[in-house]
Amino acid sequence: MTDIVSLIIKRLGLGLLTMLVVSILIFFAVELLPGDSAQAALGQMATGETVAAMRKQMGLDVPAIVRYFYWLQDFVHGDFGTSMISHTSVAGAILGRFANSFFLAGFAAIIAIPLAVSLGVAAALFRDTIFDKSVNVTSLTAVSAPEFLLGYILVVIFAVKLRWFPPISNIRDGAEIGERIFRSFLPAMTLVLVATAHMMRMTRAAIINVLAGPYIEMARLKGVPPWRVIVRHALPNAWAPIINVVTLSLAYMITGVVLVEVVFDYPGIGQLLVDSVSKRDFPIVQACCLIFAAIFILLNIAADVGSILTNPRLKRPK
Amino acid sequence: MSPLGVSVLSIGFIALICVAFAATLYRGEKGGSVIAALLAALTAITWFVAGRDGVDTLAIVAVVFVLAMVASYALRWLLIRLVPSTLATVFRSAPLTAMFGFIVIGVCLAMVIFAPFIAPFSESEIVSKAYAPPAATYWLGTDQLGRDIFSRIVFGARNSILLSLTATIAAFLLGTLAGLFAAIRGGVIDQTLGRLADVLMSIPALILALLLLSILGTNLVVLVGVVAAIYAPRIFRLTRSVAANVVVTDFVEASRIRGEGDWYLIRREILPNIAAPLIAEFGLQFCYVFLLIAGLSFLGLGIQPPTADWGSMVRENAVLISFGKITPLIPAMAIALLTVGVNFIVDWMLKLTAGLKERM
Repeated sequence: MTDIVSLIIKRLGLGLLTMLVVSILIFFAVELLPGDSAQAALGQMATGETVAAMRKQMGLDVPAIVRYFYWLQDFVHGDFGTSMISHTSVAGAILGRFANSFFLAGFAAIIAIPLAVSLGVAAALFRDTIFDKSVNVTSLTAVSAPEFLLGYILVVIFAVKLRWFPPISNIRDGAEIGERIFRSFLPAMTLVLVATAHMMRMTRAAIINVLAGPYIEMARLKGVPPWRVIVRHALPNAWAPIINVVTLSLAYMITGVVLVEVVFDYPGIGQLLVDSVSKRDFPIVQACCLIFAAIFILLNIAADVGSILTNPRLKRPK
Repeated sequence: MSPLGVSVLSIGFIALICVAFAATLYRGEKGGSVIAALLAALTAITWFVAGRDGVDTLAIVAVVFVLAMVASYALRWLLIRLVPSTLATVFRSAPLTAMFGFIVIGVCLAMVIFAPFIAPFSESEIVSKAYAPPAATYWLGTDQLGRDIFSRIVFGARNSILLSLTATIAAFLLGTLAGLFAAIRGGVIDQTLGRLADVLMSIPALILALLLLSILGTNLVVLVGVVAAIYAPRIFRLTRSVAANVVVTDFVEASRIRGEGDWYLIRREILPNIAAPLIAEFGLQFCYVFLLIAGLSFLGLGIQPPTADWGSMVRENAVLISFGKITPLIPAMAIALLTVGVNFIVDWMLKLTAGLKERM
C-alpha cells in the first residue's frame, strides 16, 4: 500500500514541477510582447511621466522575474489578476464559466465512457466482420471530422429540422438541472460523438492486443464461449490500457470543449478563452491556459496511476 | 410521389435494406445482418420523427455512399490493370477505403493545382448580392458579402492545404532533426530536448496555439511557426524512439568507427531504416495539423479574410444554418473528407507494414 502512496506522491510532485515550468512559459511568453501594458492602457498620446507613473502603479517597474513570483503567489492564492478590458477580477469571471464547462464535459463523459467501452468490446468480439468494419469506418470518420462539423450537423437535424433542442445553449446563472441538461444536450452530444469514437477505437485495439495472448488461446481451446473469453479472460487484463485511453480521451476533450462551446455559444471557459484571445486580454488568457494545462497534466497523471493500479506487474518497477 | 406520402427514393432505399438483410442472412454473415437491422431501425425512427423528408435525406446519403464505393472499386480495378504486376498484388489486397482516400486526395490536389481554372470567379470578387440562393452561375450560392461560395471552396483548398502542408513539413524538419540528434548524441542533448518536448506537450495543442497566437498576432508566418513548434515535440518523440533502436545496431557502430560524421549517419544509415513509420506519421500529423488550423480559422484566429479558407468559411456563413441551409457545412465536410481520406490511407499503410513484419 505504501508503495502506491509513494508512487502517487512522486507522480504528483513531477506534475507540480511540470506545472511550474508551464507557468514560467505562460508568464514569460506574455512578457515577450513589444511595448508594455502601461503604454497600452494610456494610449499613444500619454507623456513619458504619466507612463512612468502608471508603470509604477501597475508594478511594472520591478524586474520581470520578481513580478513572476508575485504573479505566481497571487495565482496560488486564487487571485488571477484583473482583466485588462473589463477591469474586473479574473477569478470572478472564470469561476462560473469553469463550472459550466465542467458540467458539459462531465455530462458528455458519463454517456461516452460506457458507450465507448461496450462498443469497443463488441468490435473486438466481432473482429473482421462487416459490423467491425463499419464501426471502424464510422469511428474513423467521426475522429477525422472537425468538432464544429459534427456540432452543426446536430444543429441542422435536431434544432432546425426537428426543433427538439435549442440551437444555442445560453444557460442563465442558477438554471435548474433539468433545464441545464436540456440546453446543453446538443453540445454534450457533439463531445460524446468525438470522445466515443476515440475511446472506442483504442479500447478495441487494447482488447485485440490482449486477445493475442496464449492464455486466451487456452481458454478458447477448453471451450469457453467467446463472450466469456472477453469478459472473464481478456477484459481484466485490458483494464490498464482502457483506463489509460479513457483519461487521455478526457484530456483530449479539452480541445473539443473549446470548439463546441463556440459553436453553441455555450457560456464556458473555452469561449471565454477564445474571446479573450481575440481581445488580447492577457490576464484571462494566462489564467485559462494555466487551468487547462493543469487539468491536462492531472488527467495524464491519473492515466499513469490508474494503469499502474490495475496492473500488479507495473507496481514494481524493475 | 405516391398518395401515401412516400417518394420513389425512400421506397428504393427501404427495398435495398430489405434485400441486404436477406442477403446477409442467406450468406450467414452475422455482422452484416446486424448492420442491416440497425439501418432498418434507423430508417424506421427517421420515418417516425421526420417523415418522408428525413428518409429521403437518408436515401441521398446512402446513394452518395454507394457512388463513393463504386468509384473506389473502379479505381482499384484500374490500378490493378495499369501498374506492374509486383505492385498490382499490393493494390489487389487494398481495402476500398484506401482507394477512396486516393480519390479524395486526387480531387484536392487538382483543386490546389488548377484552382484558377476550375473556379469561375476569384476568391474575393463580389459577384452578387449577399446570401444569394444557388443559381446557374453560382451554383452553391453566395456568401455574406456576395462572393461565389464554390470559387471560394476551390481557392480555400489551395490556401488551407498548402498552409497545413507547409506547417507539417516545418514540424517534421524540426522534430526529426532534433530526434535524430538526440538519438545519436544521447546524454545532455537528449535529456534537454526530451524535457523541452515534455513541457510543450503538457499543454493541449489548441490551448497552446491560442496562447501563442494571442501574443504573436495572426499572420501566416507566425501561424506556420506556432503550429510547427506545437507538433514538432510529438514527431521528436517518435523519431527519437525509433532511431534509438537503429543507433545501437552494429552497422551504425561500424560506420561510426569508420569515422563518419553525424550527418552521414543520419542520411545514409538511420533515415532509410526509419522511413516507413515516419511516412505514416507524416500522414497522421498532417491530419492533426489540418484540423488544428481549420479549428483556429473557425475561431477567427487562423487564416485571415479575405483569403478563402475552409475553416473560416464555416464561421462566416454559420448564420445560414439556423435557416436550415447546409451550404456552410460544405467546407466543413471538405475538411472531414480530406482528413478521413488521409487517415484511411495511413490505416492501410500501417496494416501493410505490420503484415510485412509478420511475414518475415
